[in-house]
Amino acid sequence: MRNLWIFITKYNAFFLFLIFEISSLLIYIKYNSFQKASFINSTSQVTGTLYGQVDALKGYLSLKETNDSLARENAKLRGQLKVSFYVDSVDKRKVNDTVYKQQYSYIVAKVINNSFNKRSNYITIDRGSRDGIQKDMGVITGAGVVGQVIQVTDHLAIIQSVLHKNTRFSAMLAGTKDIGSFVWGNDLDPHKGLLIDIQNNAQPKVGDSVVTSGYSLFPTGIPFGKITNLHAKGGGLLINVEVALAVDFTKLQYVYVVNNKFAGEQTGLEAVQNKNE
Amino acid sequence: MNKRDWRPYKTKMSRTILINLLRFIVLVFIQVFLLKNITFYNLATPYFYILFILLLPFEVPNVLLFVLSFVLGLTIDAFYDTPGLHASACVVLALVRVLFISITVQKDGFDNEPEPTLSIMGFRWFFTYALILTLFHHFFLLNLEVFSFSEIQYTLSRVVLSSLFTVFLILISGLLFFRRKERK
Repeated sequence: MRNLWIFITKYNAFFLFLIFEISSLLIYIKYNSFQKASFINSTSQVTGTLYGQVDALKGYLSLKETNDSLARENAKLRGQLKVSFYVDSVDKRKVNDTVYKQQYSYIVAKVINNSFNKRSNYITIDRGSRDGIQKDMGVITGAGVVGQVIQVTDHLAIIQSVLHKNTRFSAMLAGTKDIGSFVWGNDLDPHKGLLIDIQNNAQPKVGDSVVTSGYSLFPTGIPFGKITNLHAKGGGLLINVEVALAVDFTKLQYVYVVNNKFAGEQTGLEAVQNKNE
Repeated sequence: MNKRDWRPYKTKMSRTILINLLRFIVLVFIQVFLLKNITFYNLATPYFYILFILLLPFEVPNVLLFVLSFVLGLTIDAFYDTPGLHASACVVLALVRVLFISITVQKDGFDNEPEPTLSIMGFRWFFTYALILTLFHHFFLLNLEVFSFSEIQYTLSRVVLSSLFTVFLILISGLLFFRRKERK
C-alpha cells in the first residue's frame, strides 16, 4: 500500500493528467452526441450578457452595411405591395379573401454571437421562447438560408448554422425543381456549400439558383446560393455540385426566424405514418 | 524558513497571485473578443490564451497547475460553445509543460528564476518552450475538434500555421513586456 502511494506521488503529474483529461473528454463527448442544453454555453447568464454588451458596441461599426441591406429589402418588399401593381380591371370591389391563410410568420432577431471558422458553427440570437421561438424552427435573412434553431432559453436561442458538419437541408434547383440535399463542404470555406444527391437526369448549369424545396422548415424558394462548379468530388451515381452561398456568414447582423404554423401538424402526421409502417 | 523571512515571502506570493489573476482575465478577454474573429484563409487561427499556462511560476504545484489549466480551458469553452474541447487540450498542454520543464530546467535554480518569461530565460529557451508546447496544444485541439482522420492533411496544415501564428503573438508579447535588468 505504501509503495503504491510512493509510486503515485512520484508520478503525480501523470495521474493528475489522466484524471483531468478523462473528465474533460467525457464532457466533450457527452455534449457532442446529445447537443443538450448544458450549463457551459453562451446562453448561460454571464457569457450571454458579455456577448450582448460587446455586440452592442460592435453594432455601430457596421451600421452602414446593415442600413443598406435593410433598405434593399424594403425596396423588394415594397415591390410586392398591392399598391405597386397596376389594376387592370375598371370595376373595383373589395373581396374579403378567405382562400389564403397565413402559414409562415417571421420573428426578427439580432445576432449576438457568431462563428464561421470552425468545423461546427453556431449562432446566438437575442430572442428566445418568450418571443415565440421554438426548437427546430428555420432561420433566414433577406439574402437566404442561415440555419436551424437547436436550443432555446427564455431570452436567447442558439442556431446551428448552415456551416455545420451535420447540417442537411432539403433543396432544389430553382429552374427545374430537381430535389437534392444541401450540406456544407469539407474545406471550411464560409462562402461555399454543396448540393448533393441530385438525380442523374437533371442537368444543372453554372449560375443556376439553388433554393429551399418547401418540404421542411422553410417556405419554398428561399435561396441557398448559385452553382459555381458542376464537378464537385464524390457523387458516384448521383450528381454533386458546388454552390456559392448567398448569405455572407462573416457579416451576419439581423436574421428572421421562420414560424411555420403547420410544422407541428406535419411532424405529428408524419410520425404517425412512420409508426404505422 | 524562519520567521523573519515569512513576511516578504508572503507579500511576494500575493503579488504573484494578483498578477496571474489579472493575466487570466486579460488573456481570456483578448482571446474571446478579439482573436476569435481573426483567421487567415481558414488556416491560421491564433489561440493566444495558452500564454497563461506557459507563464505560470516554476514553483506552482502540479495539482494547482492542472486545476488552473482545466479551469482556463472550460472558461474558453464557455465562450466558444465547445464544452470540454479546450479543457482537454489545456490539460495536455499542462502535462507537456511539466515534462519539458523537468527535462530542461534544474530544480535548484527556481529561486533565481521565478517565472519562465522571455526576459528571464533568454530567447532560445523560451522560443523552444513556446513552440513545442503550442504545437502539442494545437495538434490535440484541432484534431479533437474535427474528430476524423479523413481530413488529416488539411488539419495538420492548420495545426502548423496556427501554431506559427500563436508563437508569433507569444514572442511579440514577450518582447513587449521585456525587462532588461532581469536578464543575466
